[in-house]
Amino acid sequence: MTNLLTVKDLTMRFGGLLAVNGVNLEVGEKQIVSVIGPNGAGKTTVFNCVSGFYIPTAGSVMFQGKEMRGKPGFKIAQEGMVRTFQNVRLFKEMTVIENLLVAQHMHAEHNLLKGFFMTSDFKKKEQELMDRAAYWLEKVGLLDFANREAGNLAYGQQRRLEIARCMVTEPKLLMLDEPAAGLNPNETKDLDELIVHLKDEQGISILLIEHDMGLVMGISDQIYVVNQGEPLASGTPAEIQANPEVIKAYLGEE
Amino acid sequence: MQSRFSSAALAAGVTLILGFMVLGISFSVEGVVPTLEVSESHKIIGLLIGAGLVFLLQYFRAEVSKVTAKMKGDGQAHELPSFMRTEKQQRVLAFWAVGALLLFPFLSSRGAVDIATLTLIYVMLGLGLNVVVGLAGLLDLGYVGFYAVGAYSYALLNLYFDMSFWMALPIAGGLAALFGYLLGFPVLRLRGDYLAIVTLGFGEIIRILLNNWTELTGGPNGIARIPKPTLFGLEFNRRPSEEGATTFHDFFGISYSSEYKVIFLYLMALLLVLLTIYVIRRLVRMPIGRAWEALREDDIACRSLGLNPTNIKLGAFTIGASFAGFAGSFFAARQGFISPESFTFIESAIILAIVVLGGMGSQLGVVLAACAMTILPEMAREFDEYRMLLFGLMMVLMMIWRPQGLLPMKRPHLELKRD
Repeated sequence: MTNLLTVKDLTMRFGGLLAVNGVNLEVGEKQIVSVIGPNGAGKTTVFNCVSGFYIPTAGSVMFQGKEMRGKPGFKIAQEGMVRTFQNVRLFKEMTVIENLLVAQHMHAEHNLLKGFFMTSDFKKKEQELMDRAAYWLEKVGLLDFANREAGNLAYGQQRRLEIARCMVTEPKLLMLDEPAAGLNPNETKDLDELIVHLKDEQGISILLIEHDMGLVMGISDQIYVVNQGEPLASGTPAEIQANPEVIKAYLGEE
Repeated sequence: MQSRFSSAALAAGVTLILGFMVLGISFSVEGVVPTLEVSESHKIIGLLIGAGLVFLLQYFRAEVSKVTAKMKGDGQAHELPSFMRTEKQQRVLAFWAVGALLLFPFLSSRGAVDIATLTLIYVMLGLGLNVVVGLAGLLDLGYVGFYAVGAYSYALLNLYFDMSFWMALPIAGGLAALFGYLLGFPVLRLRGDYLAIVTLGFGEIIRILLNNWTELTGGPNGIARIPKPTLFGLEFNRRPSEEGATTFHDFFGISYSSEYKVIFLYLMALLLVLLTIYVIRRLVRMPIGRAWEALREDDIACRSLGLNPTNIKLGAFTIGASFAGFAGSFFAARQGFISPESFTFIESAIILAIVVLGGMGSQLGVVLAACAMTILPEMAREFDEYRMLLFGLMMVLMMIWRPQGLLPMKRPHLELKRD
């Protein structure tokens, strides 16, 4: 089986600082893969490199058999690898539904003339976007808030909206950067169900950065541990939990 | 109490000194000897009254600011009046407004129609720049460059290829758009202040090029005798300009009047403005309009969702420039004479002021602001040299009381309708 995403020897250097050094990642079809590690370990830097926001100093990022390294972020997103952000980045002054419409820009009708004269073609396309947006709003339980301004939603709702906004682009790999940060236990449970649903029902893969161990251990197929920019361990949740190196990195030596 | 008096006195003193330098001394030349003398007494009295006012204002500052704070209100005042809220009411209102504007030239004086035409040109420029600055959030200080490209396109196409206005109009718009695209391509990587500086430079380059490329553009002498637009080939001159051409009044068998031309130009400008408004109204409701808005809010999020920021910004730049091109070629046709002098930086500044004053992104606001910016200085002509002072005062007051502009943008929100 070929992997959806294969990251090899990823290295990122900021001047004298080696933020990420030789990290490897593999994400298969319909898998949930987590990246964990202490604060400042370089997890988000890995994300930024993979999603094209940084150009890695060395290494390769293969997505669906194509090299992604050096491509700009929007191209990578168009290929089907879409991410969320640690601090939610919604279009706060736009309504919830408009956030989802903007996200579907690449599926939208771009012919200006069709738009000016509002041809039936144009209207049909716009309606499709609307329908897909409504579908995902229902999935994340925000249908009642469709016409609210996104900035006025509660924090947990904003997190879910961000995931819905990624999903309307119809990605193959969803990258979540600490999706449970700032959520209460109930909301985390909902998030857990949502992520599992995305994998099982929608058939996409998920790459997850998370500190909430309960969430990570419960849903991950594979876990990678990064410490100070270096890969420390990888394996199934059970293997990771038993790994003395990992325990040492998290809890310190006795 | 003591400090209150002394600070007020200080302010009045500064006013007196500065005011005296500007107004109190007059400079005249007797023969070849320049002399300085104290101005007429009424100016001095005015100056003293002004200083007195400053003193009182400063002295009672606390009380005054209480009153102005009340005038600011609680933000409620920024909404449209109640009869303009729903889409249907707006449509009815727009219908009447257009009707009134159509009738206007037949009921008013020639001078008024002329000013109205000029206003409409500025409305169009304001609307075009509004796309770039208000909607896409790109600060463009060289907008006048595209205006110049449009104007010179028509003038030169007419001069060298004898092209009529109606043929040149789309070409002028296209050329301005092309320039917008070419400029946008390298500079749209820049942000904020940097973009503003580069566009400022671009506007100046265009003007200096026009000024110095004497063989092609006539340099500072400009291009004269640019023909006015025709109505389906009918000219508005007293006599046909060439053999076989027909004039408007001959065709309809009426006597000649120079007013027909003025009215025709006005109606044409009105038509162009209405078209511009319609096109931009549609654009805002199209995917590209949504993308502009999103890009203005968060371009990193946009990139993460597969939107190509450069293309979207280029779209705004190009579309905005094309409106300047249309306005420019119309300006050349109306004026009959253009020179690089018409396209200085101050024009860019005025157009930008229209956009900011109107409320970034708001079409109605821009229209109102364009009217204010062109009509008020005309009306204030009797104050001659003080009118710029009044103008400045108006701008300062605007910034204090309505920093978000006359009518801040109320973006049309798309709604999810449920059955």
